[in-house]
Amino acid sequence: MTELTKLTLAEARKGLVAKSFSAVELTEAFIAAIEAANPHLNAYVLPTPEHALAQARASDARIAAGTARPLEGLPIGHKDLFCTKDVRTTACSRVLGDFKPTYESTVGQNLWDAGAIMLGKLNNDEFAMGSSNETSCFGPVVSPWRRMRNGQADNAKLVPGGSSGGSSSAVSADLCLAATATDTGGSIRQPAALTGTVGIKPTYGRCSRWGIVAFASSLDQAGPIAKTVEDAALMLRHMASFDAKDSTSVDAPVPDYTAALGKGVKGLRVGIPKEYRVDGMSAEAEALWQKGIDWLRSAGATIHDISLPHTKYALPAYYIVAPAECSSNLARYDGVRYGLRVPGKDLIDTYEATRAAGFGKEVRRRVLIGTYVLSAGYYDAYYLKAQKVRTLIKRDFDEAWNSVDVVLTPTTPSPAFAQGEKSGDPVAMYLEDIFTVTVNMAGLPGISVPAGLSGEGTPLGLQLIGKPFDEATLFQAGHVIEEAAGHFRVPAKWWR
Amino acid sequence: MQVDEATVKRIARLARIRITDDEAKGLEAELTSIMAWVEQLDEVDTDGVEPMTRVVPIKLRMRDDIVTDGGIADDVTRNAPLSDDHFYVVPKVVE
Repeated sequence: MTELTKLTLAEARKGLVAKSFSAVELTEAFIAAIEAANPHLNAYVLPTPEHALAQARASDARIAAGTARPLEGLPIGHKDLFCTKDVRTTACSRVLGDFKPTYESTVGQNLWDAGAIMLGKLNNDEFAMGSSNETSCFGPVVSPWRRMRNGQADNAKLVPGGSSGGSSSAVSADLCLAATATDTGGSIRQPAALTGTVGIKPTYGRCSRWGIVAFASSLDQAGPIAKTVEDAALMLRHMASFDAKDSTSVDAPVPDYTAALGKGVKGLRVGIPKEYRVDGMSAEAEALWQKGIDWLRSAGATIHDISLPHTKYALPAYYIVAPAECSSNLARYDGVRYGLRVPGKDLIDTYEATRAAGFGKEVRRRVLIGTYVLSAGYYDAYYLKAQKVRTLIKRDFDEAWNSVDVVLTPTTPSPAFAQGEKSGDPVAMYLEDIFTVTVNMAGLPGISVPAGLSGEGTPLGLQLIGKPFDEATLFQAGHVIEEAAGHFRVPAKWWR
Repeated sequence: MQVDEATVKRIARLARIRITDDEAKGLEAELTSIMAWVEQLDEVDTDGVEPMTRVVPIKLRMRDDIVTDGGIADDVTRNAPLSDDHFYVVPKVVE
């Protein structure tokens, strides 16, 4: 039955409808795969097999009764940043301890209402702060991909990207059909690019943030990581909704994104921003970018050179805005209302001891940066300045939309690196998000689609950026890239 | 911008995170290099530019000022490290 885990979400859906297999059989196949792989990959921080089997039995009953819902019986993984009712939710931080929410996130509830099955909670960088999934309190996630060096297989443990590294590792290792993820500066698209999977961050406001552990509220968005563009379209359709419980949720109809697939790109205007040709971009990422241009052009799109002049300032502005918002959001972890408490001699001492023990190094670093840039005398010089730069970044895109419909860029400057290679240098790690972070700063939708393999045999992705609420065009154009590039599956399951 | 050890200790105090002297020294170098890197923003002319307050041009919705939830004190205090009869218990703050 292990072959069932190799199906795409769309294929599994067809198989369940045709009664080729049951939801219980499908779920059992994934539970077995997770048991075998998780000691090696560490993708799940909390598998929930009994919960999944109970849902699967209910799904089988619905399928038999003819009352199947759109994602009925389809097992997925759920990032541990999403609150799950009565199921431990930690954001992979010690400070949340054994927190068991008494409510379900809106995105999660939407998926369960559509019939999806939860296989477990997926690992991520602590509070989604990281680009390699090395900052989780449950330890790093390992990518199922391995690289070749000088024609030899290299056994170095590669990172799956971050912060949604559990999601990208699990999807690429066939430990779920698809996964939820979140993206504040690139945390869906960068891990998708590094693992040969598809990831989309929708427009800010498309998915409700209610019940998602907050990192930087003006940037955080939920979205899926999946095996194909079609699967990502199916997932997003059932994650997105208007939600009165999130004041920044946008009341706009959620289209059937799969309707965009196969429409082609004839006449689509594709922008190529010259500012993305940065120093330090690998030659192969650059070559792949050109391939993407050629694919879209030969499918009938027109290619236009554009300028997004403030691109290089997006990342430094992000490293003011995101830490500022995180220092405010993480003020709630005080050892009083939930999670860890380390007793001190008085209340303030208790706060300080709790937060020292509860936060990992990267989280502490960002809380301190945020506290610094918001402190008296510095607010105008840093935070206000960064928010003004943000206005200019958005203005660049608004300008671009006068002449193009989508923007094509590489997702990352280089392929996956090994554990420990960048973790000693914060700024080097931050540069992982150089191509993705502008999208969050401007609130736009962005998709990463696998486009090829590096010289080391590891995946590289291309990113398409769209107009606000125009995810449909990203699926449409992403599908054309996918058809031209083909699929990139992990060559060998070395963990068995 | 040099973030010196005294500043590190001051912001750690503001952030309510206890740090040791050794940690303060390490953070001094880390924060200084990060702040030096973000200082490239000074190159950008932002005169007359409005700071961004929202990426999507929507107005915050208002709702009727009525009770829509409540009566769930059990749920609210369920995850507290220490609680008593729906109160959070903390070290004594007033003599």
